[in-house]
Amino acid sequence: MEIIVASSVGVLTAGGVYLILRLRTFPVILGLALLSYAVNVFLFASGRLAINLSPILSKYGDATYTDPLPQALVLTAIVISFGMTAVLVMIALGAFLEAEDDRIDLDLVGEDDINGEDAGK
Amino acid sequence: MSQAGFFLILIAVLPFMGALLPGLMVRAGRTTSAVATATPTALALVMLIILSPRVLSGEVIQAELEWLPQLGLSASFFLDGLGLLFAGMILGVGLLITLYARFYLSSDDPMGQFYTYLLLFQGAMLGIVLSDNILLLLIFWELTSLSSFLLIGYWKHLPEGRQGARMALTVTGAGGLAMIGGMLILGNIVGSYNLTDILQAGDQIKASEWYLPALILILLGAFTKSAQFPFHFWLPHAMAAPTPVSAYLHSATMVKAGVFLMARMWPALAGTDAWFYIVASTGLVTMVLGAAIALFKDDLKALLAFSTVSHLGFLTMLLGFGTEAAAVAAVFHIINHLTFKAALFMTAGIVDHETHTRDIKRLGGLRHLMPVTFVIGTVAALSMAGIPLFNGFLSKEMMLEEASHTYWLGNPYIIPALATFGALLSVAYSLRFISHVFLGPVRDDYPHKPHDPQFGMWAAPGLLVVLVVIIGVAPFLAEGIVTAAADAVTGAHLHPHLKIWHGVTPALWMSIAAIVGGALLLSLHAPLDRIWNALRRPEAKDIFDALIARLVSATRWTTEITHNGAISRYLAIFTVASVWLGWVAYSGSGLSAPTRELLPVPAVIAVGWLLLIVATVSVVVMHHNRFRALVLIGIIGLSISAGFVYLSAPDLALTQISVETVTIMLLLLALHFMPQITPKESSLGLKIRDGFIALVAGGGVGAVAYAFLMRDVDTISGFHLANSYEGGGGTNVVNVILVDFRGYDTYGEIIVLGIAGLVIYALMNALLDGPAARRLKQVVYDYDRSRDRHPMMMVVVTRVLMPIAILVGVYIFLRGHNQPGGGFVAGLVIAIALLMQYMASGFAWTQERKRIEYHTMIGLGVVIAGLTGVGSWLAGAPFLTSSYTYIHLPPIEEFELATAMLFDLGVFLTVLGAVMLMLYSLSRIARFAGETVNVAPMDYDPGEQADDEEDK
Repeated sequence: MEIIVASSVGVLTAGGVYLILRLRTFPVILGLALLSYAVNVFLFASGRLAINLSPILSKYGDATYTDPLPQALVLTAIVISFGMTAVLVMIALGAFLEAEDDRIDLDLVGEDDINGEDAGK
Repeated sequence: MSQAGFFLILIAVLPFMGALLPGLMVRAGRTTSAVATATPTALALVMLIILSPRVLSGEVIQAELEWLPQLGLSASFFLDGLGLLFAGMILGVGLLITLYARFYLSSDDPMGQFYTYLLLFQGAMLGIVLSDNILLLLIFWELTSLSSFLLIGYWKHLPEGRQGARMALTVTGAGGLAMIGGMLILGNIVGSYNLTDILQAGDQIKASEWYLPALILILLGAFTKSAQFPFHFWLPHAMAAPTPVSAYLHSATMVKAGVFLMARMWPALAGTDAWFYIVASTGLVTMVLGAAIALFKDDLKALLAFSTVSHLGFLTMLLGFGTEAAAVAAVFHIINHLTFKAALFMTAGIVDHETHTRDIKRLGGLRHLMPVTFVIGTVAALSMAGIPLFNGFLSKEMMLEEASHTYWLGNPYIIPALATFGALLSVAYSLRFISHVFLGPVRDDYPHKPHDPQFGMWAAPGLLVVLVVIIGVAPFLAEGIVTAAADAVTGAHLHPHLKIWHGVTPALWMSIAAIVGGALLLSLHAPLDRIWNALRRPEAKDIFDALIARLVSATRWTTEITHNGAISRYLAIFTVASVWLGWVAYSGSGLSAPTRELLPVPAVIAVGWLLLIVATVSVVVMHHNRFRALVLIGIIGLSISAGFVYLSAPDLALTQISVETVTIMLLLLALHFMPQITPKESSLGLKIRDGFIALVAGGGVGAVAYAFLMRDVDTISGFHLANSYEGGGGTNVVNVILVDFRGYDTYGEIIVLGIAGLVIYALMNALLDGPAARRLKQVVYDYDRSRDRHPMMMVVVTRVLMPIAILVGVYIFLRGHNQPGGGFVAGLVIAIALLMQYMASGFAWTQERKRIEYHTMIGLGVVIAGLTGVGSWLAGAPFLTSSYTYIHLPPIEEFELATAMLFDLGVFLTVLGAVMLMLYSLSRIARFAGETVNVAPMDYDPGEQADDEEDK
């Protein structure tokens, strides 16, 4: 099981890193989404894995539980990463609508635009 | 704390407390503003005078407020003789400058600002001289650099002012940085950051192998601040400041901070060869060089500036000698220099103010037109020249006396000769100040007809020259304060006798030579001036500018390489650096042996894993088709949710599943307005490079995860598990952690989420005001669209689902404290229920039926959560302490009521509001893009059809 979780985190990270290095905004957003998954699972796993040991206190006395603290932290992290993704999406969308281009290489875009507009005028 | 200690802290704090007053009072008039400035200064001065008898009798007053004891940083102050001398100078001259500036500044100048800066500076200076903690001293040291920057650049419209301010800040700031390093080393050697401890540990410091680096770094700070060669060049450029600033900062206080520091550190650092050769030689060179340049300056203030550089060199050299008699001379000269130099600066300011020029070549003959100014300027300048019966003579004699028996590399003549030469130059430029400005024939080409200014303007310099004469004639009056300060510098008990006549000593002969030679030199000034101007001299400002330009181009080069505007480059650098750091950490100590067994893998989990891996790889391979990539992302999210279920994290699974739904909806909405395809434009090389980075990063993170998964860890969760029910009243430990143990974090997080929602709303509004709106209106949908946008079946189903979904949401919310669920999940579930209505019946139709604004919901949520936290104050408990009780109402089961539930309600409302606001914002764009607005709930309404038929 540990190998499964660790490899999933690794693959998600690798995919996320590859995508955030792309040259358009949309793949970067996808990459960040993958990285969020990876980070959330990574943090969750820092409480070590456990099966059938939910952190819900049992009425029947002595029971063992999994570590609840990483779960609480990850829960808010999931919601916050949604907020972050939403803001990013909005910025990317705004940038695309303003510039009619979703490239993230600002220098190239800027030069092209300025030159193009100057030439036009 | 004793009353004296209380006074001491008040003295240090008063200028800061009063700093805003003048700015606020300036509307009531310029005089009121000046009075508001003078009040805190005067109060502090009175307190200082009350304390002074005890200090003069040898007592050291201390006061301490703990600040960051873990760092060895406390707000501790002490007042000894040296502190008393400087604090008195800072406050006394501060009062005089306040008065002078009231009349000097014109009505166009923002006077409130000026006085506010002045008080800030004064507070910072007082902090330096009163600090008993070197870290605190460093803070005040930097504050003087910053506040002097504001003061030098006060006339923002003058380019020289701005450049001078920048140069002063760069030089003194760089020195300050060096000094921080030196002070930290010093603190490490002694094991304490308390100045009183450090001063007692002089032998330990000098024996340490770190002595020399610490000494050099600290001296760099002192030399830059006190404008010692080769850092002297900033001071003349800082003269672009208004004259009151020059008189205050550049003669009396700030430039003396370096001298003060050397005097303060004297017991800890002085007395070694390194100290003597660095400090005394620097001082000597500065003294002679500054005096020589001063002689050939035509700008009155530049002349005085270089003369100040020269006199600061004089003081530095004396401190560098490292003898007790030299320390006495230095302390005495600090007082004398203050009196005559501040008076001279103010005189120069008066001349400038009245004649509208500071160019010596255009002045002369002013003694008839400005008799009062003439008397003041002459007395002060004669004192600067070191003429008997004025105070400058006394300390100069003591300096020459010390110089006359100091050897430099075994040579007995170098120091006396150069010191005499410096004194000679000093005589020459002082006499030039008198003769070329005031003496000579009256001219008729002054830019402005001069006359003596009003009393308020010459009162301050007048008072100072009275002091010049009093000390000059009766030096024993100053013996008390000089003794106290010199005792504090040397740490010994000295009994200096300040007197005019010492008998026929070598110093007397040197003095006579200097005066005669100086007068002769002045008579030759005109030819010398021509030679001087013909010489090619290195211009410090050009060197400085070239250096700065070099630095700027170097940083620009670095910036262009690393920050080229493409985020992919930053992210690549960041990723590689993180992986490298991880590698460094790993190669440092390696790993311990694994302590955990591998858990078994059931077949279904293996399938889920395969799904996740395949989906992830597919996203990477097929990300060019954006829609398909989104679907694959959804698969990944669901696999992870399933994984959470299996690995005992039901709350996470619930949250992940609902967040997943909302995220995909959001991305779909956004994708609607963006290109559907990512063009294939990365070169193969780029792909290989990025692929390599990605594989290394992924491998690294996977390895780290595997490494810690195989090892046990000490966790603090035992506490949470044990206290969740007893203290928090809930059995779902995750939820209790969220709303109780770490409720503060959650509170912050919902605020962040709310802000994210509002940011998106604001962005959308800004977007719809700009060119993007025009572009949106022209969107042409070239792909085949659904003919049935609001299908009847979907409308009906979502209507039926709505109450059920809301019920589920409420249920999840209510059970959250004890079973998986809670405010976060409930908020998301209900958001999805509402979103379904938007999807089924369209934006406009649903929006019309909305009763409560989403902004309000966010605000309400944060307020409820906050009030719940505050409520525990009423019960006398800390913020967000929860309490709970059990209620039994006959028909239903006994249930629990906890304040945590109220907090969770706040979380719920914020999450719901934020999510809805985000999606709402995106759908408003859709409306802008020419989507038709539907007023009916569905495209084809069978009910209406039936009505129509009945009508027929």
